[in-house]
Amino acid sequence: MRAPGLTGGLAGYVVKRLLGMLLLLAGVTFVVFGMMYLAPGDVTVMLAASSPSPEQVAAIRREFGLDQPPWVQYGMFLGRVAQGDLGDSWIDRRPVMPQVLEAFGYTLRLAAVALAVSVALGTAAGIVSAVRHRSATDESILTVTLLGISVPVFVTGLLLIYTFAFKLGWFPTSGAGTWRHLVLPASTLASFLTAYNVRMMRACMLEVLGQDYVRTARAKGVRERWVLGRHALRNALVPMATVLGLQVGLLLGGSVITETVFAYPGVGQLVVSAISARDTPLVQACVLVTASGFILVNLLVDVSYVLIDPRIRLQ
Amino acid sequence: MTGTKETGGRRVRRALRQPRAAAGALVLAALLVGAVGAGWLAPHDPARADLRLRLKPPSREYPLGTDWIGRCLLSRLLYGIRLTLTVGVVTVAAGVAAGVTLGLVAGFYGGALEGAIMRATDLLLAFPYFLLTVVFVAVLGPSLLNAMIAIAAWTAPHYVRLVRSVVLSVRGREFVEAARALGRPELGILTRHILPACVPTLVVQAAIFCAQNMLMAASLSFLGLGAQPPSPELGAMLGAGRQYLRVAPQVVAVPAVGIFLGVLAFNFLGDALRDHLDPGAGRAA
Repeated sequence: MRAPGLTGGLAGYVVKRLLGMLLLLAGVTFVVFGMMYLAPGDVTVMLAASSPSPEQVAAIRREFGLDQPPWVQYGMFLGRVAQGDLGDSWIDRRPVMPQVLEAFGYTLRLAAVALAVSVALGTAAGIVSAVRHRSATDESILTVTLLGISVPVFVTGLLLIYTFAFKLGWFPTSGAGTWRHLVLPASTLASFLTAYNVRMMRACMLEVLGQDYVRTARAKGVRERWVLGRHALRNALVPMATVLGLQVGLLLGGSVITETVFAYPGVGQLVVSAISARDTPLVQACVLVTASGFILVNLLVDVSYVLIDPRIRLQ
Repeated sequence: MTGTKETGGRRVRRALRQPRAAAGALVLAALLVGAVGAGWLAPHDPARADLRLRLKPPSREYPLGTDWIGRCLLSRLLYGIRLTLTVGVVTVAAGVAAGVTLGLVAGFYGGALEGAIMRATDLLLAFPYFLLTVVFVAVLGPSLLNAMIAIAAWTAPHYVRLVRSVVLSVRGREFVEAARALGRPELGILTRHILPACVPTLVVQAAIFCAQNMLMAASLSFLGLGAQPPSPELGAMLGAGRQYLRVAPQVVAVPAVGIFLGVLAFNFLGDALRDHLDPGAGRAA
């Protein structure tokens, strides 16, 4: 995270982090490859007809390079990745990349809506709650968020399906395509994330409101609005940025549960079905794509520390 | 960082006087009684099925009704709470122990050690949320223990990052410089001045993670990747019972309420403790 010195500046830091990101991605491919390699079962048996002859199995193993030692298999895989080819699915023989990107698009749409709603609502309510610390407003906001955090995502989803799909018939129970398909899954995800964001924003704000510099600012007669905006909020955003970075990863991961409950064709559902089918290229592509997005977001978070808090230097 | 001379124990007792905290403690106590005493309290064997009693509504003999193969839902709920509480506490304890140590070391000492720790952290966190646990469990095989290992491994790096970010923002503050100027040893500064600054964040996070880990274990079981049938794990009960939502809502509602109460108790408690264990928040009041 620390980088070059001040001479390199922000640009040098970003370049260095991007290089580090490539190494990280290589690490990710290695871990995923290793896991799938070590996983029990043999894909060739599942691929061939119900009772394949030894010759058929050998032919399939040759076709996929499975007769090679693992490090050769891994090398071949990395070589293809470097050329932008993540291979074909072992199950339906289609290239994996278009499938993953399509699913990723669905997940992004769901994540973007849920995140936008939850950050807007969460930050606002969190600040109000911290500023009115221990008031009735604070207590009610807090109780509601605690209830919201404690409801499992799949319970929220099932509850929404029961109410708005079964009983009222306003929205479809599953699938994707129109905005009406997005409402229930996005609400499910957002309700959980909002509660989480309010809590974190409130905790971060309270932490800084107890600091000496806030008291000093108040003592010298700075207007309360200015104290909150300039002195408190900017400091509260440092730990908040970490939490948001992690949360985007949570969303990019596809919120497997939400996608499963609503049969939403995102990357979370895709990776679960790929793992059950032991479709290694598809799993690797899913993980690579989501991990790239996630690493990039966390790089942005680290860079944003400097913009938010000048006390932290990139050195 | 001072202000009160209260001991931690007294602060905790004071925290418990808040209504929400008291409610949390009560719910947790009730759940603990249910979990510990499941063997005596359960009216039936949680695994005994009776197909003649499929999907019965609550009755005198079966206070919460029965599931799709006629098992007693109350008995399964009690054993399920035992599993859920254990999973939450054990995974958080493991994650905190590893994460806090590494985070303090990384943030305070910096250098190559920090680089190594943060790269390893980045690598683990590069697997978004559920993906790490799902891949992990898919390889090791679906079981509650494997799910717990995966969840603990997912918890630790979050603590590393959080603790490090707090250390980074605290490291240059006056009280740390003052301690240094007074010639305090590095380890003393780390444990007496920097670690306390991390505590509020850690408490909030421990509460969130305990709750979240219980949810994640339940979610893995919901997907069929955690506890396996006929285990009365609450998530597994919910996942399998989901298709009976229309005809027998109790099959879904009973485990849902169980998970909800367990998570709620930890959230209420952790939240109250934060307000009282954190000197900064005390001064803000």
